[in-house]
Amino acid sequence: MKRVGVLALQGAVREHIHSIEACGAKAISVKWPKDLEELDALVLPGGESTTMRRLIDRSGLIEPLREFAKSGRPMFGTCAGLILLAREVAGHGAPHLGVMDVMVERNSFGRQIDSFEAELSITGLEAPFNAVFIRAPHIVGVGPETQVLCEHDGKIVMAKSGQFLGCSFHPELTYDHRITSYFLDMIPSRTGTLLPNGMLYSKV
Amino acid sequence: MSEYGTDRVKRGMAEMQKGGVIMDVVNAEQARIAEAAGATAVMALERVPSDIRRDGGVARMADPRITEEVMKAVSIPVMAKARIGHIVEARVLEAMGVDYIDESEVLTPADEEFHLLKNQYTVPFVCGCRNLGEAARRIGEGASMLRTKGEPGTGNIVEAVRHLRQVNAEVRKVVTMSEDELMTEARNLGASYEFLKEVKRLGRLPVVNFAAGGVATPADAALMMELGADGVFVGSGIFKSENPERFARAIVEATTHYQGYKLIAELSKDLGIAMKGIEISRIAAGERMQERGW
Repeated sequence: MKRVGVLALQGAVREHIHSIEACGAKAISVKWPKDLEELDALVLPGGESTTMRRLIDRSGLIEPLREFAKSGRPMFGTCAGLILLAREVAGHGAPHLGVMDVMVERNSFGRQIDSFEAELSITGLEAPFNAVFIRAPHIVGVGPETQVLCEHDGKIVMAKSGQFLGCSFHPELTYDHRITSYFLDMIPSRTGTLLPNGMLYSKV
Repeated sequence: MSEYGTDRVKRGMAEMQKGGVIMDVVNAEQARIAEAAGATAVMALERVPSDIRRDGGVARMADPRITEEVMKAVSIPVMAKARIGHIVEARVLEAMGVDYIDESEVLTPADEEFHLLKNQYTVPFVCGCRNLGEAARRIGEGASMLRTKGEPGTGNIVEAVRHLRQVNAEVRKVVTMSEDELMTEARNLGASYEFLKEVKRLGRLPVVNFAAGGVATPADAALMMELGADGVFVGSGIFKSENPERFARAIVEATTHYQGYKLIAELSKDLGIAMKGIEISRIAAGERMQERGW
């Protein structure tokens, strides 16, 4: 079974765990560096990015998260999570993790009264996706290897860059698990390899 | 087609606050301290509850200048308080673009009979509750987030604990009841039958419920999380303490790691003096803010 971590410092943790489990994977809450061991992938949920960053620093997670990214394992950021992943945050000095080749702008649709729901057509999904945007960021620039998966009102709201997936909205707030499922499919399959993987092998 | 102010958008905003600390602030400087400490939002007001209690008189919506100053100072969401039933204060705050309105018993009620019809607004509302009946009525009117009332401005956690335990005990009872018992329970609680059916189906309240009214230390915040709160509001507890910056940081961290007891011990060392509290029995019945609203 795929083991997927959810950064559990603040925000919509419960919803992501529910969505991962609904897709048949095992969800694991991550609060400390040791919780990153043996994960196949990691979700950075929605919440307040400034709060999460403070808590990441105080849990000593910033370097372990960058190491996790270097290991090549898939990472998915929604809203605040996307801000944490981005290579650059407009108007801010240093990025947070700075691992995904996109530049984002925070609160770029306005304040809470400007928050909205919309039907999106997303590359790779057949039917439209009902998306909830809450004080959402958007992607203002992408690197050459980044694939734009969705735009709304001329703004990029979802993209994939190698092992990284990011979106402005909150798929975790709806009961539609297609995006979680899309992310889980980014985890390299173990059954496709010729030799049994390490975990299975050690039990033989 | 974009839809604004839907239940999902309004309730979803509160979901994003989960596990966080929302701090009362009275100016831009305090707002910046709160943001730097890791608050998930700030509540802009003219006086913190303990000062309102001390000064007496009528407590109203803050001077818009203060709210505006706070909104300019930080990038995290800004909440503000309107008096219970004060339609115009609420509309003014909405027009100013505050991110959440607290229809709050901390201010002097404008209407002793009717709360705001909150589902008429694009801006979401948070309201206080002491039990499942109050929670149901506020959600029925359109509240998108709840907080237990506690007893604001006292630095005494006892009422917040009482109210959170009460709400959660009543939720558990509804969940275990058989469906044919729910109508009678709805009558007893003063809640709608449909609401109780939803609580039973979900196994919890349909909106986020924070704890409020008496949190003064990191251990208080962790206690409320332990009892099942989704997050905490801290009113006077931070800026009435000896060292607001350290209290704010410690309370944020204790809320996230509420079962990290060794960590909470470390966080609580040499914090300085917490706000001076008030024993609840010394507050005259007519001065208990939790009795406001119904």
